[in-house]
Amino acid sequence: MAVAATTKTGARPSRAGRRLSAPAWVGTVPFLAYVAIFLLLPTGIVIVDALKNPNGSWAFSNVTELGNSLVRGYFIGSFKLCLISSLAGAVLGAILAYAIASGDPDGAVRRLYLAASGVLAQFGGVTLAFAFQVLIGPTVGLLFHASWYYSFPWGIALIYTYFQIPLMVLVFLPAIDGVKVQWREASENLGASAWQYWRYVGGPLLMPAFLGGLLLLFANALSAFATIQAWENQIAYIVPQQISTALSSEVGLSNVNVADLLALGMVVMVAIVMTGYALLQRRAARWLR
Amino acid sequence: MATLVKAAKAEGTLNVIALPPTWANYGAIISDFQKTYGIKVNSALPDGTSQQEVDAVKTENGTAKAPDVMDIGMSVALANTNLFAPYQVSTWGSIPTAQKESSGLWVQDYGGYMAVGYSSKFGTITSLNDLLSSKFKNAVALNGNPTSANAALNGVMMASMAEGGSASSIAAGVSFFHRLKSAGNFSPVSATGATIKAGTTPVVFNWDYLNLSSYVGVSNWKVFIPSNAVLGGYYAQAINKNAPHPAAARLWEEFLYSQAKTGGQNLWLQGGARPVEQTAMASNGSIDSSAAALLPAVTGSPTFLTPSQATGAATYLATNWAKAVS
Repeated sequence: MAVAATTKTGARPSRAGRRLSAPAWVGTVPFLAYVAIFLLLPTGIVIVDALKNPNGSWAFSNVTELGNSLVRGYFIGSFKLCLISSLAGAVLGAILAYAIASGDPDGAVRRLYLAASGVLAQFGGVTLAFAFQVLIGPTVGLLFHASWYYSFPWGIALIYTYFQIPLMVLVFLPAIDGVKVQWREASENLGASAWQYWRYVGGPLLMPAFLGGLLLLFANALSAFATIQAWENQIAYIVPQQISTALSSEVGLSNVNVADLLALGMVVMVAIVMTGYALLQRRAARWLR
Repeated sequence: MATLVKAAKAEGTLNVIALPPTWANYGAIISDFQKTYGIKVNSALPDGTSQQEVDAVKTENGTAKAPDVMDIGMSVALANTNLFAPYQVSTWGSIPTAQKESSGLWVQDYGGYMAVGYSSKFGTITSLNDLLSSKFKNAVALNGNPTSANAALNGVMMASMAEGGSASSIAAGVSFFHRLKSAGNFSPVSATGATIKAGTTPVVFNWDYLNLSSYVGVSNWKVFIPSNAVLGGYYAQAINKNAPHPAAARLWEEFLYSQAKTGGQNLWLQGGARPVEQTAMASNGSIDSSAAALLPAVTGSPTFLTPSQATGAATYLATNWAKAVS
């Protein structure tokens, strides 16, 4: 068996080499086609339509609409909500992930938390809003009633953390599992305090994964619509709500081009956040190079 | 009429769209029509919007699936008259002139008045200003964002009229909701049957036929219409000019506008909506008087927003609504 296996693997490099000499890029075609159809094409359509007027001719002056104080307010609202809910979700999620990782790796608690996180990370939208409203309603509630938590942005951010924390647990736990207990033992043997361990070993190790999780949570909050719409149904605070009005206003305020322009603004916002992330990540991951 | 029935039966099918079975009694209307004429009714997209109805007429044009008839809001009707076929039902004379297009391209069918629905645990409301009292903390909701939803815009307009404004200016209504917000009584929550049942939204501004205790499914639910602010909103019927079943479409309209005991006008009335021929039927005695007696009482003659009043209100709301209530 062992001999046969050796011969086989011995024969492989030349065969694989021949196959690779066929154009290597062929394998990337499905991925590139997918990206082109589902990312580049829609983005292109949004950009083009954002710069047209309803009868189809170019109207570059549309961009000035982004300077309108009302429109600026929606972007500031979106940014605040995403920043607060992603920071809170990332920090609390990371702590929870650390607590889970310190437990028995095959224990019931870990499996319970992972299963619950998998479900709750997807628990958003109208169902989440309604669950909150019934449990802690503005006028009546099964637990008690309160109104502070439907204030914007803090109250809504609190509701968002309900799905942000479990998502962070899911994406951050593998990184924590990768931290070896021996590293901690080694730094303790060298006389490091707990603070020094986290400052010079644990923190830098986990920072790239933490920032990646934070970015994911930010994008997750940016595109969330149904949760806030069920809650703040009569006032638009964030960009997706105003896109909805621009698309489907029954009272004559709909304008598809404005909707495209707002969507373009969101693309730019994500681009800015991604750039900031890339710069931070480069700094955080210096030790890897 | 007999030839129309014969032609419609030969077609055998009618395509309707965006008719929720619990809305204005449409469930019973559709099944009664099927039973009476033996014509199969295909009901597409029951929870669709008026705009989606018009979109379906355009995208499915020429196919057997295209909607034959539409039940649409007035702003959408006025913007799409090029898609409609004119038709005058046999009860044409009973429909007020202001509520139909002169050739019959669109004809208003049923509607209601903007009303405040509220849980009877609050006692009885006699004036809109009652809503500013502290017992309505976090309780008062509109049906949607007034820059987007027609019912919500009319809710603010009704408050404006009750506060002494006119249909030409919605400013007094916006300032009423600002005071409501300052008092801590405004609730931004989306009001649905479920939130009303759960008690989350105990006071809702909405059309009276959507605000009846039988419709929201809550027994301790009352309706109030301010005497100086009777604001009407009606839907309209229109026939697709390229309807795949043209005779069935016209027979459906005859059924809807029929004043018979089992006709569409009385069926709408039994669903809590006010049929467009109500005044004529009250005077000729064909109205189902027990159903009419259940409608919320109003004093004063109703106001209907003209297209320019509605546009003016929307423009004002676009810049002032969010500021007033956030």
